[in-house]
Amino acid sequence: MNLQFKKIIFYAAILLAGIFAPIVFPAYTFQLAVLWMMILFALTWDILGGQMGYNSLGNILFFGAGMYICTVVQIGMYYDVAEYTAHFGAVKIDFTPYQYFTGISAGLVIAAFACAIIAVIFGWIVFGLRGPYFAIGTLGVAIAAGELVGAWDYVGGGGGISLPNYPGGPGDREMFFYMLCFISAVCTFIFLKWLYSTRFQLALNAIRDDEEKAEAMGIHTNRYKTIAWSFAAFFLGISGGIFGNMTGFIEPLEVAFPTVTFGIFMVLMVLLGGKGTLWGPVIGAIIFHVIKEITWTYLLGWQWVALGALIIINVVYFQQGIMGWAQEKWPEFFGITVDEAIASAEENSPAEKEASL
Amino acid sequence: MNKIIQVRDVNKSFGGVVANSNISMDVEEGKITGLIGPNGSGKTTLFNSIVGYHPIDSGTIHFDNREISQLKVQKIARLGILRTFQQTRIYSKMNCVKNMLISAAHHNTKWLDMFTEYPQELTERAEHLLEFVGLYSKRFLISGDLSFGQQKLLEFAMALMNEPKVLLLDEPTAGINPTLINGLIDRLKRANHEFGITLFVIEHNMRVVMNLAESIYCLAHGEMLSHGTPEAIKQDQKVIDAYLGAH
Repeated sequence: MNLQFKKIIFYAAILLAGIFAPIVFPAYTFQLAVLWMMILFALTWDILGGQMGYNSLGNILFFGAGMYICTVVQIGMYYDVAEYTAHFGAVKIDFTPYQYFTGISAGLVIAAFACAIIAVIFGWIVFGLRGPYFAIGTLGVAIAAGELVGAWDYVGGGGGISLPNYPGGPGDREMFFYMLCFISAVCTFIFLKWLYSTRFQLALNAIRDDEEKAEAMGIHTNRYKTIAWSFAAFFLGISGGIFGNMTGFIEPLEVAFPTVTFGIFMVLMVLLGGKGTLWGPVIGAIIFHVIKEITWTYLLGWQWVALGALIIINVVYFQQGIMGWAQEKWPEFFGITVDEAIASAEENSPAEKEASL
Repeated sequence: MNKIIQVRDVNKSFGGVVANSNISMDVEEGKITGLIGPNGSGKTTLFNSIVGYHPIDSGTIHFDNREISQLKVQKIARLGILRTFQQTRIYSKMNCVKNMLISAAHHNTKWLDMFTEYPQELTERAEHLLEFVGLYSKRFLISGDLSFGQQKLLEFAMALMNEPKVLLLDEPTAGINPTLINGLIDRLKRANHEFGITLFVIEHNMRVVMNLAESIYCLAHGEMLSHGTPEAIKQDQKVIDAYLGAH
């Protein structure tokens, strides 16, 4: 069996597992959907945090913005949004299946592009900051966004909005949202796998390793930074739109802009799996989600302590993450080798002798 | 000979410290020009002014008859002036080939080019240049794991990959052992002859700069002290005084 064939089998197995998992374990459909969402979070955070070395604590902004934009579009296509949010709880509006599905499709598409545009504008402001200042700056904007939305009555303010009801049975509803989460995570992965095979990845890595050098070499650093962030925002916007509908009710602080839960989880998952790799975030997200669900079920009351312990172990003893550790342990597997044949041929040449001195 | 870089009456101060005062000088196209001076005489400041790293207080800098003192670092780099750093700077977590590929010139890249793969000929050129500096067998190693001397060679190869018109080298031999220095001098000369790259070199090692440059400028206390051929500079009493502290 050649390598190409093995790869195809590997990816096919993952896709089949993704499709059949909720059928085999129907009780866990919601959890599995959240797992795919976590993978999407980790993958998009890694674009900046891992590949480009810009540790953003504010990526949750795009999740929340996507959620609100999707919701407003969904409702706004068929009703007056201000009236809908003002009558929250008092009037029950039913959406026909046609209205529901056209609304959610348009909502997700618009949320994705709007978030990408927000990233461009927001990037223009915060990309002047470097290192820890960038982290704090982005965190500040994400928190501010939650508070601002909470004070905006048009979108329901702190009281939130309840989303249109899914026109179908509860089983269908779970499966529908599971599939949306699954497809969006897989699309994110495929997109990044392609993106990381182009010049784009090298430019991001160059910015990570030495931005000043990258500038001195004439790389359009701002262009790369802004586009990288809008890619992350694009997919996060979609995930926000899906998550809002899956939850059925959104409000600014706990659901849309959960800085201390999802906002931090996306960082932790990447650190756990290994920054700056394609598979690291995926592996990190799976392990993190499993640990989190186990502690939330069996260690209730101590779950945050267990999570804190995991963070400390990760940061103190295991900084490079699982993929980083594997790369250090088996460098040949990752193609980090000395060309032995040439090295021995060069041994007697003066050039090589000088260079190795 | 065409004067590719023309610096006229450039002043640059950092607070009360005058780093460059009324500096005027020329770099001739296709030649190797040297810049010497005691520590703190303003050599690196002049380099930084030319490549747009900081704005100058007054004066003009022309490159190919174009005023560049208002342009940004990236723009100047894309025009064809490249510099290497005194403290070697490479992309330390990437392997050598990737370091080389990302250093390919960016002056005529289009928006969509950033989403394409590198063409085969670029990879071949990268490998050819790595061979030129003697790093070919180590091309897949993470560059941060190379020795300091090897990193300097890699940085030089990256600069060549960019195909600049002028290359500004900030102490290319600092921290390199004497054997490797000879190899480096040889490669700098070949880069000048074979690739036609104009070199402008800051250097403390007199043996190197006298051997390399055809025209030498000497700075002291932020002022242009002297200019001439290596022989003239060697004999110049002002230069000797500056180095020995009679100033």
